[in-house]
Amino acid sequence: MSILVGRDTRLLVQGITGREGEFHARSMQAYGTNVVAGVTPGKGGQVALDGSVPVFDTVADGVRETGANTSCIFVPAGGAPDAILEATAAGIGTIFCITEGIPALDMVPVVAAVERAGARLIGPNCPGATSPGRAKVGIIPGSIHREGSVGVVSRSGTLTYEAVQAMTDAGIGQSTCVGIGGDPIIGSTFLEVLKLFAADPETSAIVLIGEIGGAAEEEAAAWAAANLADVPKAAFIAGRTAPEGKRMGHAGAIISGGAGTAAGKVAALEAAGFHVAGSPTELPALLREAGYRG
Amino acid sequence: MKIQEADAKKLLLAQGLPVPPYEVARSPAEARAAASRLLHGHGSVGQVVIKAQVLVGGRGKAGGVKLASSDDEAEHIADAILGMTIKGIPVRKVLVAPAADIVREYYLAAVLDRGARRILLMGSAEGGVEIEQVAEANPAAIVRIHADPLLGLRDWQAREMAFRLGLGAHLKAAVGIAKGLVKAMLAYDADLVEINPLAVVREGGPGATEERLVCLDAKVTLDDSALFRHPDHEALRDPDDEAPADVEARRHDISFIHLDGTIGCMVNGAGLAMTTMDLVKRAGGEPANFLDIGGGAKADRVAAAMKLILDEPKVEAILVNIFGGITRGDEVAHGLIEARSRQSRDVPMVVRIVGTNAAEAAQLLEEAHFATAASLDEAAAKAVAAAKAARGAA
Repeated sequence: MSILVGRDTRLLVQGITGREGEFHARSMQAYGTNVVAGVTPGKGGQVALDGSVPVFDTVADGVRETGANTSCIFVPAGGAPDAILEATAAGIGTIFCITEGIPALDMVPVVAAVERAGARLIGPNCPGATSPGRAKVGIIPGSIHREGSVGVVSRSGTLTYEAVQAMTDAGIGQSTCVGIGGDPIIGSTFLEVLKLFAADPETSAIVLIGEIGGAAEEEAAAWAAANLADVPKAAFIAGRTAPEGKRMGHAGAIISGGAGTAAGKVAALEAAGFHVAGSPTELPALLREAGYRG
Repeated sequence: MKIQEADAKKLLLAQGLPVPPYEVARSPAEARAAASRLLHGHGSVGQVVIKAQVLVGGRGKAGGVKLASSDDEAEHIADAILGMTIKGIPVRKVLVAPAADIVREYYLAAVLDRGARRILLMGSAEGGVEIEQVAEANPAAIVRIHADPLLGLRDWQAREMAFRLGLGAHLKAAVGIAKGLVKAMLAYDADLVEINPLAVVREGGPGATEERLVCLDAKVTLDDSALFRHPDHEALRDPDDEAPADVEARRHDISFIHLDGTIGCMVNGAGLAMTTMDLVKRAGGEPANFLDIGGGAKADRVAAAMKLILDEPKVEAILVNIFGGITRGDEVAHGLIEARSRQSRDVPMVVRIVGTNAAEAAQLLEEAHFATAASLDEAAAKAVAAAKAARGAA
């Protein structure tokens, strides 16, 4: 199985004729993802990726003609919230929004509308998800992965690559790696992805990679303590040295009013049975220490 | 982006919120003139308040807020405040306003609640103090009401807030202000619109009994991601409040935060940049900065980042950590080679480049005799050792 993306993924790429969209659509296809459609309003009827992928004017057209069930959005920040709503209205069940820089307040009604429609949104400002050996949706380099059974969920981009590469180098493979995005308002939280991993028979251990700011790691830890007690769990939190009140790049990464500190998150994760690493390179050893045999 | 009180008040006035009159002065003479108009003009008041305009909290405690009863006193106080430095920020402007005859102070704010993914209206009958203190000492004293994500803040919710704060006698005004805060938040793409204090004041001079609910202070934080659709917000950015390095970083799309250590860090990605800082600290060093060159950085951005790091005289060594995804390792290597040929001083550098085009990068770096490292932990240890060696040699 794996979660979110896999062999049954039929991917539609919104913004496929743009520079980023075209580049990454090609890379996803090369990894083995079934890219069935692209959407760029006004370019319907064209064919992308060397004649292999039809382009449609609307997501609804693409879904009707190709049976797409997953979307990956590379539309600029001004139009991305609307792109998410269009995918939702067209009946797409799993929507990845890679776009960064979307105004936070735009996402408030959008996540509510996605939720109401029963769809799932990952991101925005996320690297996507990869189920090694099956499919990848987004921009995570395919080369860092190895097939296996550890579920990885992270708020970061390159930090995730670092952690996954360390696991792969140590011979530990992944069921699915999910980047949920670093923005203040995102479609799926750590907790929601942990619930998916808990229900996946092919995921036998968890790695959680968090950052300072917010309370999403703490919330996920509390749920894991009760529901993933027997599953080996390791974690890493970035920002132990970050000063209070300074926004560390991601709109979400800020310690304010003493909340969202690395120390608080590490304590919550340890209390929930996570083995917390001081460096991403320690994650493989900690997974084994937690009882992972793979 | 934080903006000053006077600018925040201007935005709130434009949304129809009740903000008492004020003037902004950049010199003691301007402050005197403003005070004179307020003290002797129509509907004159007995005193004016003079407030430092700086983007840091705790102005009052630092002595940046004072009352004056005469033109002379206003000029004298403005002169003192305009010479102050509050938490490292020199005061260049003061706000002059009629001193309010306060009956009672409240707190009211609209803020983006990340966890709930909604706008949160937050109020307290204990105004005038920092809300964090109230939250700690008496969490029950804070009233929280979430706006509906699709329907917004409804009248009944605003009324509920007013009644729970004990503002029933000022119901219409309180509802207007509560809804106005959310309206302002949406109109300006603000993360936060905070009124502290929101106050019931007596108006009309000594012996008056007419009471009114007004916004005495205002704090607005704008969402940087929304600046593209608010070109007028750029004018609210006060270049005097920003270090030259911050201006330069923004020009190059680099996310940069100055810190106090000696190891300069250049990384792609915010999470990895924080991790690199953490590992420098773990290896016994102190990071000099947070620096994220972003995704897909080309040679020119790398060179600009190098200059930002080297402009800080305390930097004794530089750690470059790049995990190529969208960013190409060879582009970064070219940027580093170019930057080193132009750099103003010789600082030891440890470079780690993995991911996309790492092999090409490794060859370029080797030919240019750069010190490299395979793992992040090794890179951090080498950079800390290089800084120690440089200090020993100096």
